[in-house]
Amino acid sequence: MASMKFLCDSKRCIECNGCVTACKNENDDALEWGIQRRRVVTLNDGEPGESSISVACMHCTDAPCMAVCPADCFERTEDGIVLHDKDLCIGCGYCLFACPFGAPQFPKQDAFGERGKMDKCTFCAGGPNVEDGSAEEKEKYGANRIAEGKLPMCASLCSTKALLAGDASKISDVYAERVVARGAKNAGWASTADLSYDASKPQES
Amino acid sequence: MKLTKRSDTVSKDEKQLGISRRAFMRNSSIAAAGGAVGVGMFAPGMMKKAEAKSVDPESPVEIKRTICSHCSVGCGIYAEVQEGVWTGQEPAFDHPFNAGGHCAKGAALREHGHGAKRLKYPMKLVNGKWIKMSWETALEEVSQQVLKIREESGPDSVYWLGSAKHNNEQAYLFRKMVSMWGTNNVDHQARICHSTTVAGVANTWGYGAMTNSLNDMHNCKSILFIGSNPAEAHPVAMQHILIAKEKNSCKIVVADPRRTRTAAKADHYVSLRPGSDVAFVWGVLYHVFKNEWEDKEFIHQRVYGMEEVRAEVAKWTPAEVERVSGVPEAEVYETAKLLSENRPGCVVWCMGGTQHTTGNNNTRAYCILELALGNMGKSGGGANIFRGHDNVQGATDFGVLSDNLPGYYGLSEGAWKHWAGVWDVDYEWLKNRFDQKDYRGKLPMNHAGIPVSRWIDGVLENKDNIEQNDNIRAMFYWGHAVNSQTRGPEMRTAMGKLDMMVIVDPYPGVAAVMNGRTDNVYLLPATTQFETTGSVTATNRSIQWRDKVIEPLFESKPDHEIMYLLMKKLGLADQVFKHIEVKNNQPVIEDITREYNKGMWTIGYTGQSPERLKAHQKNWHTFHKTTLEGEGGVANGETYGLPWPCWGTPEMKHPGTHILYDTSKPVALGGGNFRARFGVERDGESLLAVDSYSKDCELEGGFPEFSAKLLKQLGWWDELTADEKLKAEGKNWKTDVSGGIQRVAIKHGCIPFGNAKARAVVWTFPDAVPIHREPLYTPRRDLVADYPTWNDSEAMFRLPTLYKSIQDKDVSGEYPIILTSGRLVEYEGGGDETRSNPWLAELQQEMFVEVNPKDANDLGFRDGEMVWVEGPEKGRIHVKAMVTRRVKPGLAFLPFHFGGYFQGEDLRGNYPEGSTPYVSGESANVVTTYGYDPVTQMQETKVTLCKIFKA
Repeated sequence: MASMKFLCDSKRCIECNGCVTACKNENDDALEWGIQRRRVVTLNDGEPGESSISVACMHCTDAPCMAVCPADCFERTEDGIVLHDKDLCIGCGYCLFACPFGAPQFPKQDAFGERGKMDKCTFCAGGPNVEDGSAEEKEKYGANRIAEGKLPMCASLCSTKALLAGDASKISDVYAERVVARGAKNAGWASTADLSYDASKPQES
Repeated sequence: MKLTKRSDTVSKDEKQLGISRRAFMRNSSIAAAGGAVGVGMFAPGMMKKAEAKSVDPESPVEIKRTICSHCSVGCGIYAEVQEGVWTGQEPAFDHPFNAGGHCAKGAALREHGHGAKRLKYPMKLVNGKWIKMSWETALEEVSQQVLKIREESGPDSVYWLGSAKHNNEQAYLFRKMVSMWGTNNVDHQARICHSTTVAGVANTWGYGAMTNSLNDMHNCKSILFIGSNPAEAHPVAMQHILIAKEKNSCKIVVADPRRTRTAAKADHYVSLRPGSDVAFVWGVLYHVFKNEWEDKEFIHQRVYGMEEVRAEVAKWTPAEVERVSGVPEAEVYETAKLLSENRPGCVVWCMGGTQHTTGNNNTRAYCILELALGNMGKSGGGANIFRGHDNVQGATDFGVLSDNLPGYYGLSEGAWKHWAGVWDVDYEWLKNRFDQKDYRGKLPMNHAGIPVSRWIDGVLENKDNIEQNDNIRAMFYWGHAVNSQTRGPEMRTAMGKLDMMVIVDPYPGVAAVMNGRTDNVYLLPATTQFETTGSVTATNRSIQWRDKVIEPLFESKPDHEIMYLLMKKLGLADQVFKHIEVKNNQPVIEDITREYNKGMWTIGYTGQSPERLKAHQKNWHTFHKTTLEGEGGVANGETYGLPWPCWGTPEMKHPGTHILYDTSKPVALGGGNFRARFGVERDGESLLAVDSYSKDCELEGGFPEFSAKLLKQLGWWDELTADEKLKAEGKNWKTDVSGGIQRVAIKHGCIPFGNAKARAVVWTFPDAVPIHREPLYTPRRDLVADYPTWNDSEAMFRLPTLYKSIQDKDVSGEYPIILTSGRLVEYEGGGDETRSNPWLAELQQEMFVEVNPKDANDLGFRDGEMVWVEGPEKGRIHVKAMVTRRVKPGLAFLPFHFGGYFQGEDLRGNYPEGSTPYVSGESANVVTTYGYDPVTQMQETKVTLCKIFKA
């Protein structure tokens, strides 16, 4: 049983947005203008220490969205992927407030600004309670690459192999190898001194 | 970060607190709010959804191999097609260039299969309205009009603006077609992209192309990026660069006026004043020479004229370098030290170096730096010039240029005769297709036509001042975004003066909407490269074959079919397609490849038969990801894509040349040396190489280029077959169509083009040794006296060209801010194609200007407010201010991909119904100004002046 995770190597990420359009490309049927399941966030934009990271649903092991959902629409698959059922979702937006990553997205299709059904990254694993790879799943949740034995499109198409997706133990091995190869302080996310860093100050690159 | 460029931008100041979950969430809700706008904007897109749904998910999947059509990296793609619809895009993990990776554009490529905003059928502007018409009527009317213009004004009054988006076969056919029309008024984007590179670099050591490959950059110990921002312009190149950094401890130096996203990955960042590249490079060389870090052995063996460079460099003391470029001594020294201590290293430059009035000086200065460091002709070294469009290298090679025939043969009588022979047409007939009059002693057939950068002047200039019979009266824009060209307001005037405009493109583009005309504009829908097949040359000279992914959408036709139909109308089809089979109005692509294989001897486009190229495409997984060498399989030992020169005939099985001028390998295996292109001696001094030659070469030292005469002198003539002798008699390696001279030379380990030194002094150029010259529009009036520009010229490329008279006018009081321009990762070129792709358009919804906080505060506007940016030639644009320290005080930056607004005027209503791109904005090049390189007529887009004020 796998535990699927994303990991974005900020030393590799160049903010090219390939992951964002890859997601759009693959999940096109379920998405509309304004809904981006994945986005790239940049710190210290245009200044020394500029650093970018690609963020979507992190498929938390103890997912806050799941904990707060009044409609209980979330489920965690045996691969550790957090999926949500759009038939149960009431569009209340609690999950957005709970999520540390801002992953949940809401279309605004109706009059008076009423929230539509929540949409978020599915790890390209479609949705629950629909047939894998069916037209219904495609339209409601997008692609189901996991069912086809493939990893999410965003990581697959990453221009610099910054965004890694897969079983936690595998991607942490890949990442650990890179850190060892780089062999220097600051090779990882940040040096230990920076673990609780003050983002208002430029970071050493 | 892109989100801050939107209308509901998060203030930069707040972001100084670091991106917080709060800021991210706010952006998320903005995105959701954007949905309200999006629904309306997206309405035409519903059509494609219906299309996609009509495909049965269970229907069989065909996998096509194609190559991304955005930049020149050449990323491979697996396209999944069901029932003729492009339903999926899978990563090509086994492709040697991208290993499955893509930037935003490549990852959104499948949208080309939808093309909701495409031009759908031929149209014509009548009384300000677009009228649908048939192909037959459109081509009949267009051809009648060009024939009439030919009758009245001569063949040079029709301008044929081709494209870097043609595949190789189309590019070759385009030049051939225009040649038979009888004009050199043909050009394409290379003129305004890397023309100064091609001229500067070819004149330094032989060929004007990237010397190594992206993959070989894994072996670099240092890389200097100067005027290049691959993180935005060539993102997949960053994969290779970061591999070098991680695995090879490669030091990355970025020299750029802006702190770019590439600078974010640099070990050392240097900010220089735009237009001071020569001063900076000489500053680096100053320290190299002072500390004796230069490669003396390499210079002795393989470089001519370094002493003259040394004399110029001596003037560039650290104080002077700082005065001119603004870079302090410590940073220049650090650059010199990093590059010297970490060899081999390479230099990478792009538009930041080339698009200047001094572009040819810049490109040569970079080359000289690499020569001094001894980095040339070796793995991990090189001048890695990243080309722009997917096939700008190929379109350049195939001479879609006003000053060249395919293969850089030039325009001399000998060149024309060579190609007339390959085409099997009568030379006298061909000659008579041209205007026979001479202009100041220049015959139009043998002198360069008007370059794309100057077509505006070809229309507007008094015809008595132009070295041709009449003004340009009709323009074909065959795959060209006019907003990538400077002087927007004058361009609009020129468009108004034309008799006729013909736009051949998958999208209507800015030319269709900015012209201010009410009549006689034709729109002919061309396909993208995914609706046809053919070869494309990547930046590293590798040639890749594309499968056809889908059938042409709507009523569009591939370029070569349109060329055929047009030539039929003009009565030239029999000559143009004499040896090219035409099936259902489509010239057979492979026949075109085979035809150019028979003529492209100069740069070795002769060995790449369609069969070999297809074999490489089908087996791209068999090539090593660093060396690009085939490991076993059908292409064992060959370099992926048979990068040119791939010498001799296909039967010779030359493996292609991975690294140019590499003496560590035999020529037969892709080795070589610098080209003997500039004679064998100058002022009594030999120009040939000394004690340096490619591995196993039987001539141990320099030698001139091969000819029948040289073969005889060497006693190798009888190694030619009888048939080869017949064809080779009196010819040289470039004109012997049997390939025998090349074959025999290579058999003896000799490269056909001779073995000479590179020249650091190009005595045929305006500045033999590159020198710093101030831009035409400079804020540094104190430097104009010391570093003036050139004098005005009566005629360059047929047109009067101004330098001094512009520089002499001091406008820096009213226009104090330096203005430069560049790219965004989401868009390409003029942007109509990419702004019509909703997945990309969503990411960059607004045109903006980057301004430093100090300037914004001094000028009284804030981040996110609307401002006017006005240039000294009075072009002005209404854009959003993006206040950022990415640019220094006194510098502003504009991305150039936008169009659809013009000096505050909304032009979106001028698009044919349903074809307005999702995102529109003001064009940067409305503000950019006059200024052209004296060697190639490259336009100046990287330095002008402007004023910015709150709207």
